[in-house]
Amino acid sequence: MASLQLSLRQRQALWGYAFLLLPLLFFLVVRIYPALSAFNVSLHQWDVMSVRKPFVGMQNFVQMWHDPVFWKAAVNTLLYVVISVPLELILGLLVAVAIQSVNRFQGFYRTIYFVPYITSTVAVSWVWRWMYFKNGGVFNQILLSLGLPAQSFLSGTEQALYCVTVVVVWQALGYFVVIFLAGLEMIPPMYKEAAKIDGATGWHVFRYITVPLLNPTIVFLAVLGTINSLQIFTQIMNMTSGGYGHGDLGGPLNSTLSLVVYIYSQAFYKFQMGYASAITVVLFAIILVVTLIQLKVLSRRVDY
Amino acid sequence: MQEPAIQTGTLENLPRSSTSPPTRDVRAAALHLLLLAGAVLMIFPFLWMLATSFKQGAEVFNISLIPRQPTWANYQTLLESTNYLRWYLNSAIVAIITTASEAFFDSMAGYGLAKIKFPGRGLILILILSTLMIPTEMLIIPWYMMFTKAGWVDTYWGIMLPGLVSAFGVFLMNQFMQGIPDDLLDAARIDGLNEFGVWWHVALHQVKPALAALCILVFLGNWNAFLWPVIVIESSAMRTLPVGIALFSGEAGPEWQLIMAAASLAVIPVVAVFAFFQKQIVQGIALTGMK
Repeated sequence: MASLQLSLRQRQALWGYAFLLLPLLFFLVVRIYPALSAFNVSLHQWDVMSVRKPFVGMQNFVQMWHDPVFWKAAVNTLLYVVISVPLELILGLLVAVAIQSVNRFQGFYRTIYFVPYITSTVAVSWVWRWMYFKNGGVFNQILLSLGLPAQSFLSGTEQALYCVTVVVVWQALGYFVVIFLAGLEMIPPMYKEAAKIDGATGWHVFRYITVPLLNPTIVFLAVLGTINSLQIFTQIMNMTSGGYGHGDLGGPLNSTLSLVVYIYSQAFYKFQMGYASAITVVLFAIILVVTLIQLKVLSRRVDY
Repeated sequence: MQEPAIQTGTLENLPRSSTSPPTRDVRAAALHLLLLAGAVLMIFPFLWMLATSFKQGAEVFNISLIPRQPTWANYQTLLESTNYLRWYLNSAIVAIITTASEAFFDSMAGYGLAKIKFPGRGLILILILSTLMIPTEMLIIPWYMMFTKAGWVDTYWGIMLPGLVSAFGVFLMNQFMQGIPDDLLDAARIDGLNEFGVWWHVALHQVKPALAALCILVFLGNWNAFLWPVIVIESSAMRTLPVGIALFSGEAGPEWQLIMAAASLAVIPVVAVFAFFQKQIVQGIALTGMK
């Protein structure tokens, strides 16, 4: 009996390893080994064009510290985050609360607001690029027909970053609305009814009941939005970059350049894999910190 | 939550806080108006895209939303001068195979970690979940080096390999598999099913909604993917739809009507499919977001 028991357990274990063998192999070869390799490459002067790839220690990181374009990309990326995330959260919550409080067409509104999220970022970036087009784009045509001055939009250094951010928020909003709606539905209606009977106004119910109970959802979306905006790439490549191969990415004059676009241009235009890898290591560190903050905040649950 | 109830929970407060029917109607109308205005802003880019794609010549720069002389010429030019249909096929191949692969491997690993007891499974789970923190940007350079050495650049295998299994998918499946009652699985085992059969015939049916949601997310993600494909694809024949549109549009210069035709062909079928399954898709995405 005892030996049979053992062999059953052993058989279960064998099944377990069989189930995990291929996935585990995948994660080791396609995720963990390349991640370690990125650290290694970041410590070398890794020019694809030259045979010698000497170990240079922290030199790539020192170079980054003195590279004004890196800092430009870092500040731009920070701007993308601090502008897009609050907008996504506030607009997402407002639209979700509005949809929840109307009695009709809820499904219709939810669908319409969600459409941009499912469409190809490349395709919609080109649509917005066309709408923002300085000479003859629809926005400037509307401005001119109203007797207002035409704007530079994507073609000027002052507005381009904000114009890109608008597209980011426009496309992400539907996701925020859907997740907020799911969060709102989980709040037991009796809390709100009880507060209303107590004489609380709509604003007070929202401020002191809805928002605190939505806290886990808000944190989740804030972190998700932050990580997504830290990785912004596709919109910039398609909205503010010249033709491919011309080296003019994140223009005009680097005003929309993000960290990931800079990584891409260093690695695949300038072939400086070592320097590009060093920037990815920094990006990894930033995302790690954001994730750890999320874990810390989320483990502190609100109880009612 | 109880304190205010003690302080102000009196009946006199009731009439004051409940709004009378006329004001409620006005408020509902105002809300509908605001939501509609927002909906127009969400949809307008798509209308403008379609409008431009049917225009030609000087009319492209006309502000009207309805073309005076709508024409299919831009679509014709696009299909004749590019590999557009090939890009469509490539995107479909990549998205379908990666979705099938993730559905298979993510659920298999999720089941193994949730429902089979074996030494080291906690360690394996931590190892897989820890890869969630690695951003793709960090991996593309090593991938490119590895794939160049292996001769996988500019192949389907090269485009798809990084997406064949995902830590998020394993995590999601693991979460939902844990919710399956053990009794159910044991009953299947007693009926003579081996572990593969238990997973395939019993467990998968129990997590169907989550599995469907995962498939939708993976399909959309791969259908729209850009960062890795734009790096690993070199020839026009291998381009996926986003890469094809991006490179074509970069070269098409000011031919906005052609670019909008290319965008429309990419966007409209996806929106049509979404309109058909919108309830399942939205609920699925909400489901995966809350876990």
